[in-house]
Amino acid sequence: MADLKEQIIEQLNLQDVKPEDIGDDQALFGDGLGLDSIDALELIVLLQQKYKVKLSNAEDGPRIFRSVRTIAEFIEGSKIPNA
Amino acid sequence: MYIRAASNISPQNTFGNQLSLTELVEYTGDKLTCIEPDYKSLIDPKLIRRMSRIIKMGVASGMDCLQQAGVPVPDAIITGTAYGCLEDTNTFLSKMVQQNEEALAPTAFIQSTHNTISAQIALLLQCHNYNNTFVNGGASFENALLDAMMLLYDGEAGSVLVGGIDEITTNSHAILKRMGLYRRQPISNFELLNDPGKGTMAGEGSAFFLLSREVSGNDWAKIDGVSSFYKPRNRAEIQQHINTFLLTQHVDINEIDLLITGNNGDLKNDAIYEHLQMYDFADKPIISYKALCGEYPTSSAFALWLAAHEIKNGVCSFVSDSNQIPVKKILIYNHYQNIHHSLILLSAC
Amino acid sequence: MAQPVFIAGAGVISAIGNTTAQNLLSLERAETGIAAIKYLDTEHRDEFPVGEVKLSNEELAELSGFKPAISRTAMLSLIAAREALVDAGISNFAGLRSGFISANTVGGMDKTEDFFREFLPDNTKGRLRKVLNHECCAVTNLVADKLGIRHYVSTISTACSSSANAIMYGARLIKNNMLDVVIAGGTDALTRFTLNGFNTLMILDKQPCQPFDANRRGLNLGEGAGYVVLVSERIALSIKKELYCTLSGCHNANDAYHQTASSPEGTGSLLAMKGALQKAGLQPSDIGYINLHGTGTQNNDSSEGAAIAALFAEHYPKMSSTKAFTGHTLGASGGIEAVFSALAIQRGLVYPNLRFETSMEGLPFAPETRFSKQPGLKHVLSNSFGFGGNCSSLIFSKL
Repeated sequence: MADLKEQIIEQLNLQDVKPEDIGDDQALFGDGLGLDSIDALELIVLLQQKYKVKLSNAEDGPRIFRSVRTIAEFIEGSKIPNA
Repeated sequence: MYIRAASNISPQNTFGNQLSLTELVEYTGDKLTCIEPDYKSLIDPKLIRRMSRIIKMGVASGMDCLQQAGVPVPDAIITGTAYGCLEDTNTFLSKMVQQNEEALAPTAFIQSTHNTISAQIALLLQCHNYNNTFVNGGASFENALLDAMMLLYDGEAGSVLVGGIDEITTNSHAILKRMGLYRRQPISNFELLNDPGKGTMAGEGSAFFLLSREVSGNDWAKIDGVSSFYKPRNRAEIQQHINTFLLTQHVDINEIDLLITGNNGDLKNDAIYEHLQMYDFADKPIISYKALCGEYPTSSAFALWLAAHEIKNGVCSFVSDSNQIPVKKILIYNHYQNIHHSLILLSAC
Repeated sequence: MAQPVFIAGAGVISAIGNTTAQNLLSLERAETGIAAIKYLDTEHRDEFPVGEVKLSNEELAELSGFKPAISRTAMLSLIAAREALVDAGISNFAGLRSGFISANTVGGMDKTEDFFREFLPDNTKGRLRKVLNHECCAVTNLVADKLGIRHYVSTISTACSSSANAIMYGARLIKNNMLDVVIAGGTDALTRFTLNGFNTLMILDKQPCQPFDANRRGLNLGEGAGYVVLVSERIALSIKKELYCTLSGCHNANDAYHQTASSPEGTGSLLAMKGALQKAGLQPSDIGYINLHGTGTQNNDSSEGAAIAALFAEHYPKMSSTKAFTGHTLGASGGIEAVFSALAIQRGLVYPNLRFETSMEGLPFAPETRFSKQPGLKHVLSNSFGFGGNCSSLIFSKL
């Protein structure tokens, strides 16, 4: 999750925020880290580019992007198991 | 129409309105780039993260202007920009080409629309009032001024925030250089006009003004009139426009204390001014302002700032104390590539 | 408006026709212009339906008189602007202070994005001719020069409200006695830049859009150009042919909520509509038809719907979004829809909102599903709301 935090910071250009500032379960949107709908779209691109995971339904966004942990779990869950 | 306050981010030390003769900055090469303030002290850091350079410049100078004027929310926000948000356009376009239209991120696209600067200022101020953006090349700023004047005159607005802004980016500079706009050999902006040749030096800047219908007692200057004209057929027509402008303003050439012109060191470009300077304005002191800010479509915003600044001070900064003349009326005349020409007349309040 | 401004001519080219007459016929026949991408060279060709003008660049060149290498945006603009001028019967500008106020958002981007393919890997490559007319104003200037208009030429760009603002600015120049005649409106061509840009926002519909429908999925992009010829009262009196209507009110407001999303209550929309009504000296109940901005996105339609519900409470006029016909033509939408609105007033017409099935929850009104004749139509309101919170509303009134 530390890598994921760094990637989030870079993708969203969160200047002055360090990975250790973001709690694993901290709310990312609304009052938490203060992210908005454009950030959600940026995170969708991040998942696609870095983890090859596609989110085709924007409505799933709020649930998946609730916290760094939920994002990590989503990425894990999307991995195709080796045959 | 009164200039209540003004703010200018430019290649000179103009932000904070400090400019005086001893502090002029020299650039050697083919461009003059802005001296930028510390944006973090002017714009909420949470919002800066999405802003590219031109948006930061525009927002900072716009907000600084409002602060100086003591006007928290203007009745209208109008911006003039020829190129818009070039860096964001460049970023999105480049990624689109490189990634073959796949996995593109939204921020650069959203920020690339020309109205982003006007919109961001409105967003920061929660200003629901009139909001417009002109993208008319070398007359973008003049069109914005005219729009502001009409709103003030109609009574639709009591105060209008007007700005002119354009930026240089690596790619845009490369393209314009290939088109032959700039000097091939490096030159100093201090020498540019003394050493005419083919091409000029690129410039950029963001200048914002708070214009008001009512005089306040603290105003920088009064804008008497603005006129712009498009693709004049010949010198005679240019002459006619200038004469008509002065006539409608009820001003005689003799009443003008200082002329600010858009000479940029390019022979073909400057030939137009030469004629006027030789005959009509022969004995007038002239400042060729592009030696200070470079050439770009909305440079007349810099010229307006300079003119207002001189009138506010009451004397010409570029003339030694012994040769001082009172500065009460200034005429700005500029053209951009002989496509858009503009005239602005200012006087002391 | 103290001094009325009259509409003396109109011209339009869109996905549903290359002339005003063709557009009108399609509207009457409920024939949509939304279809699979045919002309734009894009990786997303089979993914998104769009409202393309049904002419290739070569065909547009022939129709406009421009060379095919000229930006599609300029070609569309010239065709529509020229039609408007001819329609107004003004062929000679002698003695008239004339203006051309044209809006667009893409400028010559259709050529620039080709240029970048060669320029990016090597910045000494790429044909400069392709970016010569990249700027928004370059498109305007190309057309102004062909039309022979020199006195006042300007370009505005405020996202999707661009051409509505151009019409507003043109009207103000006439009211202030600075101009006698203004051709005002806008143009935009479909480009990879905008298609991909809107795709990153995930607001494109993979099917033909359903504006104001509870199950709407997003918008379809479109392209085209629309212009009206605005004249002062003095000039209006001298024009022999029948005038369309007056531009009786217009207002520009800002939502100031978010860069791309509209506020849930539709603050900007409400202010724009209210302001236009005030300036026209009208009550909400005076409006007979609203040409909605109605893009088909979740956000715009609920926001615009909320604003209409608040402002028109209990006097809901007939309304529809013609974007179900043309797609969202971005910078051209205000101009194209101004033409549709002027025609609506002149001929007493109300257009259908194609593909509407289910009312949006919480809204006590629904758009029209049929084309109809409304001879008593006196006032039409046209909405254009864009990114950056730029909201503009225009009101057209019967003479």
